[in-house]
Amino acid sequence: MVISNKALRFIIATFVICLPFISIANSEPATAAVEVNSEVKEVTNVSKEEVASEERAEFIQHHLKDSHDFHLFSYGKESGHEKHVGFPLPVILWDNGLQFFSSSKFEHGEAIAESNGNYYKISHHDGMIHKTDAAGLESEVKPLDLSITKSVVMILITALLMFLIFRNLGKSYAKNGGIATGIGRFFEPLVLYVRDEIAIPNIGEKHYKKYMSHLLTVFFFIWFLNMFGLTPLGVNVTGNIAITAALAIITYLITTFTANKNYWGHIFWMPGVPAPMKIILAPIEFLGTIIKPFSLMIRLYANMLAGHVVLMSIIALMYTFSSPIGSPLSFILAFVLSILEILVALLQAYIFTMLTALYFGAANEEHHHEEAH
Amino acid sequence: MEGTLNLVGAGLIVIGAGLGIGRIGGSAMDAIARQPEASGKIQTAMLIAAALIEGIGFAALFAVK
Repeated sequence: MVISNKALRFIIATFVICLPFISIANSEPATAAVEVNSEVKEVTNVSKEEVASEERAEFIQHHLKDSHDFHLFSYGKESGHEKHVGFPLPVILWDNGLQFFSSSKFEHGEAIAESNGNYYKISHHDGMIHKTDAAGLESEVKPLDLSITKSVVMILITALLMFLIFRNLGKSYAKNGGIATGIGRFFEPLVLYVRDEIAIPNIGEKHYKKYMSHLLTVFFFIWFLNMFGLTPLGVNVTGNIAITAALAIITYLITTFTANKNYWGHIFWMPGVPAPMKIILAPIEFLGTIIKPFSLMIRLYANMLAGHVVLMSIIALMYTFSSPIGSPLSFILAFVLSILEILVALLQAYIFTMLTALYFGAANEEHHHEEAH
Repeated sequence: MEGTLNLVGAGLIVIGAGLGIGRIGGSAMDAIARQPEASGKIQTAMLIAAALIEGIGFAALFAVK
């Protein structure tokens, strides 16, 4: 390895240590939102509460969505010119050839970006990039967006983190005589848990090995991204239906292409029931194979989205009450709920892996009940 | 009017899902109290059953949305 192990560990440790600091910084936009109300009230007749609650709803909406820049926090809204802290990400569009430019050109969705004579704008309605003319008149045309968005960045970081951790774990066995070292000591029991408690009981001793790579990847990918979602980085990757859909489609494809003939026999020509019943059961069973991964997709997406909405709403309650009794109460509630969300993060990764293993097991079941019918 | 009925239907489904998950949890408690040594297996079965019912509840919510 080019970089020594120690330096890498230092980088990861620094990254983790820095997270709480971003947390303090990240809570500022909401504070700013409350402070700005005192001025708004003087200018317009709209009530203070209405504006504040609207801003909070907008803040939560913004948090749940994917975005084209990595926005950490904003300040200075009350003085008129708001400053955003974060970093821009590359925008890649396919529209009359490849368009490649930095998202800083959008100036946080306020400005029109120009690239090779084409003009683009982030729509306020759906948060997607729309084509505009030079004056900024929005059209319905949406170019194919292949940008490196916030979610993509987090997926890449998670992939890198997983690669480093598990490569390290794998290599440490040879070096240390079969005993894991360092952070691998934490992850080794989890890997063994996935093998001994999820894969072997559900798939069986004979076939489990070829599915282990998928099960382990899915388990740690979902768990890491769920945990990143709880950090104040403000990412919501597993609460994005496109990502859970991709995971579910991979599960569906593996189930379909590794299934044995008993699996298909039980779907299209169910043994042990009368012939008319077989014809009725075939479409139902076939639909079942699609509904299974569909429910995987919805379950993970809805759980993570709901968790984020509830947590953010309770944090917003602190500013709604803004009293010495109500605010600490909702703070405690948010704290307890955060701990619950840590449990949910692991539980959802476990359930996704468990059900995936269950479907793989069904695809590999041997025909073992000849006497029964 | 149609929208309101949809909401009522989704509410009914969520109530059903809640009752179902509650029953699963309660029965798992009973089972663990009777046979503490089998708690690992009971927990796994409980989580799978709860997750399947939860899926229906979420599907109802998304159908309304």
